[in-house]
Amino acid sequence: MSQFRFAVNVTPKPGILDPQGRAVEGSLGHLGIEGVSGVRVGRRVELTVEAADPTAATAVVERLARELFANPLIESFEVEPR
Amino acid sequence: MTRIGVVVFPGSNCDRDTLRGLELAGAEAVPLWHEQGDLDGCAAVVLPGGFAYGDYLRAGVIARFSPVMRAVAAFAGDGGLVLGICNGFQVLAEAGLVPGALLRNRGLRFLGRDVRLGAERLDTPFTSLVGDGRPLRMPIAHGEGCYFADDATLDELERDGQVLFRYVREDGTRAGVDQDAANPNGSLRAIAGVLNARGNVAGLMPHPERASDRLLGSDDGLPILRSLVEAAARSERATPALVGAR
Repeated sequence: MSQFRFAVNVTPKPGILDPQGRAVEGSLGHLGIEGVSGVRVGRRVELTVEAADPTAATAVVERLARELFANPLIESFEVEPR
Repeated sequence: MTRIGVVVFPGSNCDRDTLRGLELAGAEAVPLWHEQGDLDGCAAVVLPGGFAYGDYLRAGVIARFSPVMRAVAAFAGDGGLVLGICNGFQVLAEAGLVPGALLRNRGLRFLGRDVRLGAERLDTPFTSLVGDGRPLRMPIAHGEGCYFADDATLDELERDGQVLFRYVREDGTRAGVDQDAANPNGSLRAIAGVLNARGNVAGLMPHPERASDRLLGSDDGLPILRSLVEAAARSERATPALVGAR
């Protein structure tokens, strides 16, 4: 068994209202920054998985992402090996 | 007396109000601890408001995997009556026991204030005693109450009579979605409560138990609890073997 480190990035799906992203975007003017758009706020989960090989470890992370970290109705996710 | 369970998760904070409301509605109300894997012979179950497991990750998602929720899901699958209030609605949605999801309020703020609700159906186990269609006044207290489902699902819910409650204005007309104070969180199609397809599981964001006695400023929520108690008593008489089987 080896240890594998992952990050899972969860973001609101396109078209889903993201009031946090909108609030962040609305504040950018106060920083004197222009030309930034499409801000979406999500979350990132980092974790270590003990498994026989990277494929098995990835399968565990994908299941966790699907069932727990992201709600498939409103969020999409990307699994990132580290 | 009909026994109704109120699930207590770590972080539930409306469990006592809900127990009291159910007693006022004529039930024997008992708490069900989140680690128990059975429903203690209850004829119906209520998931109360609060912040189950701190609402970490997403409101309701961690509670979904607790032992008591496995029992609740099995009970619901057998046709048992389940009502989720506020955080309880979020738990039911995360568990897939009712359709849709609850997003962050459109205005980002946590809101605690009275709203007006219109019951879309008066023939369900949750609304049979709600009566005349007059708007019901009761409080909300939530940060993530913006009801969301995709357009196809929303059309299906409307067609199949699964929209149970909507936010309405004082005159009873349906609230808008954006920039309408009568729809506090921006819920799509002003939906405040829904039913599952079978009609035995319901969730709503407003708090009927906080409007179950005139001393609280409104008792408009009591008929919802009384409807549930009466329906639970009927289901108990119809299928005594089911009750307490889990």
